[in-house]
Amino acid sequence: MKTRPAPCPAPLAACPAALADAPLDYLHTAGPAADPLTRLGWGVTIVSLLVVAVVGGLLLAALRRRPGDAAGLPAVTRSPAGLSWIYLGVGISTLVLLGSAVWTFATFASVTRPRSRPGLRVAVTGHQWWWEVRYEGGHAAGGFSTANELHIPAGQPILVRLDSADVIHSFWVPKLAGKTDAIPGQTNLAWLQADRPGVYLGQCAEYCGMQHAHMNLQVVAETPEDFRAWHDGQAEAVVPPGARPVAAASPEAPGGTGQDAFIVRCGLCHTVRGTRARGILGPDLTHLMSRRRIAAGLLPNTVGNLGGWVANAQALKPGCAMPAMELSGPELQTILGYLETLR
Amino acid sequence: MATTTDPYRAPTLARDAHESPVAEELQRAWATRPGILGWLSTVDHKALGRRYLVTAFGFLILGGLEALVMRVQLARPDAAVLTPEQYNQVFTMHGVTMIFLYALPILTGFSVYLWPLILGARDLAFPRMNALSYWIFLFSGLFIYGGFLFGATPDAGWFNYVPYTAAPYNPGPGIDVYALGMVFFGLSTTLASINFVVTAFRNRAPGMSINRMPFFTWGTLTASAGNILAVPAVSLAFFLLWMDRQFNTRFFDPAGGGHPLLWQHLFWMFGHPWVYVIVLPAMSIVSEALPVFCRRPLVGFSVVALSTVLTMVLGFGVWVHHMFATGLPPLSLSFFSGASDAIVIPSAVAVFAWIATIRTGRPVFTTAFLFFAGFVLLFVIGGVSGFMTAATPFDWQLTDTYFVVAHIHYVLIGINVFPVLGGIYYWFPKMTGRLMNETLGRWNFWTLFIGFNLGFLPMHFLGLAGMVRRVYTYREGLGWDGLNLLVSLGAFVFAAGVLLFFANVLVSLKRGERAGPNPWDGFGLEWSTPSPPPACNFTVIPQVASRHPLWEDRLDEGHGRTSLREGLPLAEGRETLGSTALDAEPNVILRMPEDSPAPLFLALGLTALFLGLLRHGWIFAALSGLVSLGVLVAWLWPERELGQREAGGTPRINPPPRPSGPGRP
Repeated sequence: MKTRPAPCPAPLAACPAALADAPLDYLHTAGPAADPLTRLGWGVTIVSLLVVAVVGGLLLAALRRRPGDAAGLPAVTRSPAGLSWIYLGVGISTLVLLGSAVWTFATFASVTRPRSRPGLRVAVTGHQWWWEVRYEGGHAAGGFSTANELHIPAGQPILVRLDSADVIHSFWVPKLAGKTDAIPGQTNLAWLQADRPGVYLGQCAEYCGMQHAHMNLQVVAETPEDFRAWHDGQAEAVVPPGARPVAAASPEAPGGTGQDAFIVRCGLCHTVRGTRARGILGPDLTHLMSRRRIAAGLLPNTVGNLGGWVANAQALKPGCAMPAMELSGPELQTILGYLETLR
Repeated sequence: MATTTDPYRAPTLARDAHESPVAEELQRAWATRPGILGWLSTVDHKALGRRYLVTAFGFLILGGLEALVMRVQLARPDAAVLTPEQYNQVFTMHGVTMIFLYALPILTGFSVYLWPLILGARDLAFPRMNALSYWIFLFSGLFIYGGFLFGATPDAGWFNYVPYTAAPYNPGPGIDVYALGMVFFGLSTTLASINFVVTAFRNRAPGMSINRMPFFTWGTLTASAGNILAVPAVSLAFFLLWMDRQFNTRFFDPAGGGHPLLWQHLFWMFGHPWVYVIVLPAMSIVSEALPVFCRRPLVGFSVVALSTVLTMVLGFGVWVHHMFATGLPPLSLSFFSGASDAIVIPSAVAVFAWIATIRTGRPVFTTAFLFFAGFVLLFVIGGVSGFMTAATPFDWQLTDTYFVVAHIHYVLIGINVFPVLGGIYYWFPKMTGRLMNETLGRWNFWTLFIGFNLGFLPMHFLGLAGMVRRVYTYREGLGWDGLNLLVSLGAFVFAAGVLLFFANVLVSLKRGERAGPNPWDGFGLEWSTPSPPPACNFTVIPQVASRHPLWEDRLDEGHGRTSLREGLPLAEGRETLGSTALDAEPNVILRMPEDSPAPLFLALGLTALFLGLLRHGWIFAALSGLVSLGVLVAWLWPERELGQREAGGTPRINPPPRPSGPGRP
């Protein structure tokens, strides 16, 4: 498998310092769906810089050649010269354009589909404002869904089926591939591949409403073995040890188990597989604690952040679908305690 | 002087003299009556042009303030100057204001003011329609801003993608304000465009054959033709959206057989040509005025004029380059990528023509010239970043990031604002009789130029560092903090430059040096009139013999000589000369309408109609529609005074100068 990172050409190796540590920059990419784009990008960037330098230089030279007298207006002249500038300039520009068009088409052809058959197919659905990631079949335990985190095995192409549950979003993991929109009523296909294990940041790129700014996802590329282990773990339904049988849970009983409280307060929107919490409006929380961040990338997934989020999501991400819960202190602690068991 | 008002008469020649009885007669015929009624009913293109300019600059200030608020919010990560709702409304209004309420109307202002003067006519072809298009522009702008004041603000960006703007996701009235406002505004654009197209082919001074038409008219004419074809697409799109929202039609709803991408196609079929509509006339300002300061005619006039037209034509075939990431088939994407590349060619023609004009001329470094020269560099930068986004696969990375934001600002500020300000410095003395202050002008230019590049060059890097557009905030650690601070700083420097400009305008209006008719030794017909021009523009209609009427003695251009002092006075009421479309042979005396409040009333009636539609006041809307119709009927009621007919005996004066071969215009 190729592991060559996309090149940063020598003359421009000193890329702006700002780009060196920007997790969303796409001049340093990490997979064959993005690398040809990066090479083309460097190509057109260099051509563009040259054009600005040359034309800017010509302009400056023209300005300094024989400036008119500041005291008065110089005489009007009619010089036949000048047309050759247009012929020459346009001629050269046209050649450069043709070259870059050919390069564009070649790059196009090389990234339209992956070289080898994608091993893994994932369905990603954009929601206001989070990403649902669904792994279908191919495994005895059947499919499962998670949120805002796309785990993939490194070194192989992944096919992503893109849909939207509401408005238009755009799926973008700059280090791994260009953007593809998620459009309601239309399923788009994208593919990406990470050559090396690592965490790659993604972001919704099409303006989708109030919290468009907070609609990130993370692509976690792992070795095939690690990925398999993660996948099998996620596919399990969770029954926390010591939980009472689900059927016996009494929603009204105060001081019930955390699971009961969760089902009552959260289960209409969230699913925890293996319990009666089967809501589909919000993310599947079966393995919540295995995720790195919460609220589509807004906060690191710590108990403190989780507490703040459950208590009053509207304060942290105004407009999001998660309501301010108005839980009592003990109730909040009970639910948090339960969430912590969802590993 | 004849005593009849027979429009079929053979007109008499007269010599121009600004104190003559003919001049007084003309002044009486053309002057706007004093007082508020006169002000409201004037159809004088000079008054309307000034109003267009002032109104559009007003919207520029509003849009600029919105931009500054945004830059305060984005200067630091996780800032909370604005709530997300507020930010989304402000960025939407900024785009709507600048792109629709500033960028075209400011250019329309130039054209409305200047066209009759540079074409040697006394007004545009349809003076009352001209007033109507101004009033509709003003009222549609106020309509959209009224929503802002009453909390009904669109928040979906200027391109307003469905389904985010569909009723389930955006139930408030903001989107309806925008949708109806745009349909309303489209009327203004369309009326103005029709006026320009007809004027260009009907009202040129005798002898001003099509190859002698001043360059500035090429940009506006091309853009107007483009508008007539492009605006219906967007008016339709907004109307369908309004229907979807109000009457549950399903044009854009996949659940009902519609498709969200229909919106994007309709919008960009209009939106991309619109980009050329708001830059081509500005580029033509440069092609018109830059040669004056280079002391030579524009290099390659005909090629540059043709490339202006070609840009517009190609501009209709590139709209999909805004939709490269929507999952369209690769073959069609390749076509649109190639077409977008091809647009560089006519742009290169213009760039090399400007540089060659500077190089082979003797540039005079006035403030106006600085703006034009600076514009050329910004044009190149905005052009190459456009070329980069045309490379489809790379555009999958660039699109929707700040790189595109940087690109659009280099295009709209670099190619629209800089030529516009240069144009004001150039034509201000014609409009006001006073020169603008050159010292303040230099400060003005350099503050703007430095502030602009300080603010918008780093935006390219922000885009390359992955910052997507339209986010109300961002977190630390993404490598964007320093660049964002720089951008905000640049924005404020730029704003200071804009402030200097308005300061200079105000100071120069009061205390500017007296200009005289032709302070720059320009070549166009407008410089043959006093500054500011009299109500009738020309005491006698000039007869044109070359492309540079005021320079032809020095350029030894053409065969005959332009006659500025002797020509037709046409002083029996409001009259101007109509001429043939290509050769500009005079063939009719055009009776021009008197001032009238009808355009204002019609625009008010339409405003009421749109308000009724917005508030679901159907009866009110219907009544407003009827009143508008009534005003229209009264307006169009045949007036014997305005009767005219192509005269059998063409009112020839001297044998009109024949247009010569293409080599010697």
